[in-house]
Amino acid sequence: MRLSSVTAKSKRNFLACKRQLLANALLTVTCLTAPGLTLAKDTGLIFISNEKSSTITVLDRNDNVIREFDTCARPRGVHFSHDRTQFFVGCADDSLIVVYDVETQKLVKRIRGVEEPETFDLHPNGRHLYVSNEEDAGATVFDVETGELLATYDTGEEPEGVLFTSDGSLVFVASEAANLVHVIDTVQGKIIKDILVDTRPRRFALTPDEKELWVSAELAGIVDIISLDTLELIGDIPFLPTGFRKEQVTPVDLLITKDGSRAYVALGRANHVAVADVKTRKVLQYILTGKRPWGLALTHDEKKLYVANGLSDDITIIDTESLKVIKSIPVGQVPYGILIDDH
Amino acid sequence: MITSRLAASILSFVLLGLSEDALAQDTFSFVYLQRSDDPFYAPHRAYTGLTLRNRHRPLDGAKTAQREGRILGRLMKLRFELVEHWIEPGENPIAAVESLHQSVGAAVFLLDLPLADFETLKPLLSRRDLIFFNIRHRNDRLRGIDCAAGLFHTLPSNAMVADALAQFLFKKDWRKVLLLVGEEDADRILGDAFRQSAQKFRLKVVDQRDFVLSNDPRQRDQNNIALLTSGKEYDVVFLADSVGEFGRYVPYNVRKPRPVIGSEGLIADAWHWTWERHGAPQLNQRFDRIAKRKMQDTDYAGWAAVRSVTEAVVRTKSTDISTLRAYMTSDEFNFDAYKGVPANFRPWDHQMRQPILLHTGNAVIERAPIEGFLHEKNNLDTLGPDWRESDCSM
Repeated sequence: MRLSSVTAKSKRNFLACKRQLLANALLTVTCLTAPGLTLAKDTGLIFISNEKSSTITVLDRNDNVIREFDTCARPRGVHFSHDRTQFFVGCADDSLIVVYDVETQKLVKRIRGVEEPETFDLHPNGRHLYVSNEEDAGATVFDVETGELLATYDTGEEPEGVLFTSDGSLVFVASEAANLVHVIDTVQGKIIKDILVDTRPRRFALTPDEKELWVSAELAGIVDIISLDTLELIGDIPFLPTGFRKEQVTPVDLLITKDGSRAYVALGRANHVAVADVKTRKVLQYILTGKRPWGLALTHDEKKLYVANGLSDDITIIDTESLKVIKSIPVGQVPYGILIDDH
Repeated sequence: MITSRLAASILSFVLLGLSEDALAQDTFSFVYLQRSDDPFYAPHRAYTGLTLRNRHRPLDGAKTAQREGRILGRLMKLRFELVEHWIEPGENPIAAVESLHQSVGAAVFLLDLPLADFETLKPLLSRRDLIFFNIRHRNDRLRGIDCAAGLFHTLPSNAMVADALAQFLFKKDWRKVLLLVGEEDADRILGDAFRQSAQKFRLKVVDQRDFVLSNDPRQRDQNNIALLTSGKEYDVVFLADSVGEFGRYVPYNVRKPRPVIGSEGLIADAWHWTWERHGAPQLNQRFDRIAKRKMQDTDYAGWAAVRSVTEAVVRTKSTDISTLRAYMTSDEFNFDAYKGVPANFRPWDHQMRQPILLHTGNAVIERAPIEGFLHEKNNLDTLGPDWRESDCSM
């Protein structure tokens, strides 16, 4: 979702970057993302990281598998570069982040010494990658150009989800085992708040107005909602598809649509994706997927939702108008993250 | 009645005096009690110098959880500390607990002690201003007629473990079981626990054969595995052998091509180092970094004791023991036990509700409760005595 609003975002990024250039005259910051300079080629390709087979599956825009190639060990988090000509893959068992060219899937470079990366988000400046280091109880900041380690923050055990506000001033890191959401002020370079949330926080989504931060609490079976004004919990949404018990509902990835109306939440062991109304915080529907859906991605037009089913080694594709499954496609072992390059 | 108890414990907390309160203000102490002369941890060598059983103290598990508490401490402005105390021969464990309660203000004790010490500690175990954790014994009596209001159990009981295996056999439709039971008391207890589970899950124990560890030809009906496993139709052999010397030869020496479960083959435990789901690899690796070895089920019990109290402190924003106890035994308590299902403590016997892992030497084959075994409230209560069946009254 947050990848899809590139035009508006890149404009903001450009301004943010310009400010930064002025502020840090001594630092060499390259701003690759000025509006109009986007080099993305709209390849229509879809990339899926497969955690157990250590491969990347590539689909074309008609959802045909065109290839599956070997990558580093235990690939999980995936992210486009700012101009979407490259994508990053974090490999936990190799402590590496590898960078591929979107069009050719050729290896561009490796960022080494990233302790067990799980997920990450790219600062709107296109340059600073904030990575959760699962085994190391830390979040680290890397310069994607030079591969240099810039900063380390102490988090609770098993940091997972990482998400920036659109201006890059704040970044949120979820600590799964400590049940905390850490709020890092990127300007001051410090953690300004630890917010206690429900059990096993995993991933984030921001409402487009950036008033609410949604965080999935995997073992509580809910999504917690944090106000960005107060940095306090202000509500939650419980999920319970028919026939399931509370303990079987383990939400992980979540997305909010660009108009801020709808949220999609992958429910893990409950084998469903929940569709929720963002304003009323009510569940509209549950859609049956494969086994243990975690990763989610929307196409740019938001007409199709892709779901990575970790325990059935496949992807479910959902038509978001009818909320029906279009089809499911076998991929590698334990699919985790999905990227769509369709604009 | 609960309110009056609560009031009483709050009162006693106040009466303990300011000095202790001041000390306890920014440090929350866990005490790990162990014996220097504990035969349980004596090196156990088999014939020809092989070490078959390498027992490690669950202390490393407790350390792992204490380390996890660092950042939570930042949130709470509280330091979680782990104090190790060795009870020397001749030292009275009661005096040890009382003096640690006074000196460091500790109220949570992890007991890595022989069963006899639990008996000695009995007068303290029912105190409601202290929390004790049994992190080592599966004994059902400790959770049954010998239960105590201050005693919590993070290791699953024999009954839970036997129920887990029985569910597995039922699901597999391996319903006819031959029981092999050794000479030790612990073997008989294991065998009896499995018989009860077999009855609960409608398995048929076709026969029980008692074995002896011997090469004496006059006792061959009791020491020859092929003879011990002949003459009956069965789907599976359940082996109750707490020593392990006989049991290690049972798989593949069975008269019929049947699997062995229990003490060998498929084994049920709280934890296994190959468990790879629900965040387990991260816990295993954190443990390995501290202990330089693989995490075992007693390590897990030590970890769960510290972790559950830490979680309760953070959630209740309180270090008051009666508040923590009430919370830990409530349905509200939702503690991540790394086995995919939230864990908490059964209010009727203070046993930690948890899934059980059925494993071989290098893989977790199944996790119980097994799909399809349902309970009216919480499926985890299909493992071990439910409140109706419990012998515990606190």
